[in-house]
Amino acid sequence: MLETYLPILVVIGIAFAFALGSVVLSRLIGVKKPSEVKLAPYECGMPIIGSAQERFSIKFYIVAMLFILFDIEAVFLYPWAVMFKRLGIFGFVEMGVFVVILLVGFVYVWKKGALEWE
Amino acid sequence: MVMTPEVLTLSETPWLFTGVMLGKIIVAFVATLLIVAYATYAERKIIGRMQTRMGPNMTGPKGLLQPIADGLKLFFKEDIIPSQSHWFAFILAPMMILAPAFVSIAVVPFGGDLQFTYDGTLYAVPMQITDLNIGLLFIVAMAGLGVYGIVLAGLASNSKYALLGGIRSTAQMISYELAVGLSVVAIFMLSETLSLRGIVAVQQLPLWGSDSLSFLPNWYIFTQPLAFCLFVVGSMAEINRTPFDLPEAETELVSGFCTEYSAMKYALFFMAEYANMITVSAVTTTLFLGGWGGPFWGWINFLIKVFAFMFFFIWIRATFPRLRYDQLMYLGWKIMLPLALVNIVITGIAILLW
Repeated sequence: MLETYLPILVVIGIAFAFALGSVVLSRLIGVKKPSEVKLAPYECGMPIIGSAQERFSIKFYIVAMLFILFDIEAVFLYPWAVMFKRLGIFGFVEMGVFVVILLVGFVYVWKKGALEWE
Repeated sequence: MVMTPEVLTLSETPWLFTGVMLGKIIVAFVATLLIVAYATYAERKIIGRMQTRMGPNMTGPKGLLQPIADGLKLFFKEDIIPSQSHWFAFILAPMMILAPAFVSIAVVPFGGDLQFTYDGTLYAVPMQITDLNIGLLFIVAMAGLGVYGIVLAGLASNSKYALLGGIRSTAQMISYELAVGLSVVAIFMLSETLSLRGIVAVQQLPLWGSDSLSFLPNWYIFTQPLAFCLFVVGSMAEINRTPFDLPEAETELVSGFCTEYSAMKYALFFMAEYANMITVSAVTTTLFLGGWGGPFWGWINFLIKVFAFMFFFIWIRATFPRLRYDQLMYLGWKIMLPLALVNIVITGIAILLW
């Protein structure tokens, strides 16, 4: 267990150290001439109107919710797929029932127009 | 006398294990960094040539020092943290994107076994940083982590362009992650393992296990052409390459989620994009093109296939215009997701009837 996951930890450490190191180094040796206008958010040189912390379209939430449902399906399919040849026809039918139930939901969402993007 | 090689373990040979591990990590990391640097050069040069321009040619012979000059330039640039931003998340975001891109490389096998003798014992070291038995699940997880970086970058900048780019990118990446995640399920049904090394081993058998086709390797591109297409298109969308580069559509969103970033923090986004391209090429090679199998030494075969894929991605960028957002969502949800499910069903029936 440790043998296979220790290298992953080391790689994560090295990757973060590299990223942090380069950011800190460029902060140290870079020019620093801040001004009020320079530190303002970029809006094509126009005066800033309002804040960016606004509500945004419901479409994105729906996509995120659908993603969670289908991603759980995908994760559920992974162990099943690895065992598929051993489960045989039984496993195929069982998973077929599960996927069909999800597909009914997918068709409903489709017909409701949640996947339309105007 | 033929000796069977020993496998390094942490409990029996701790120092040798640690040394070999660090060696492999450093080689892989430096190689990835070098490929990232020169992928930017290759991209500019190739696209330049395809558009009958020269591309970079002033810095060093044939412009070969261009990536180094670019990197140095970004090091000396002013590091701006906008006054309205959430500074901690703003600094964390580029690291959150870069780290997963590099970590995914750790589970990809880039060669066969390397044998060496130490203290009179023969050891075999797999040319792979670590062989996780859940290898592909790990890569999917890392791809998912990359989304956090983009969300953070979009929200922390507190700028409208960055926010729009961040949200768009998130919606795009999660939509296509589904198609990618489901398309590889068909591979596991055939390979019966999630370990990338195991998948490569299966692909070195003759095609479909029959002797009459033994001149062809059992690469999954032959068995699973639909899954291959879905995987390549989906991963192109997931790493935000053209024609799916809506998050940074210059004509509408300035630079998308990295609008407010400058200096090395911008460079990290840039490197992450190319590191992701390398990861995706490496994973596609491993899953569908037989990994390191082929006529030459393992790692040379592997690099040839990876470079061919990266050339393909660059070629696509020079060829296709950007998709519209509704077309993007249509393709992801209404075409690729159903096709991936159909592919699983077809594969299942085919395996049962065989």
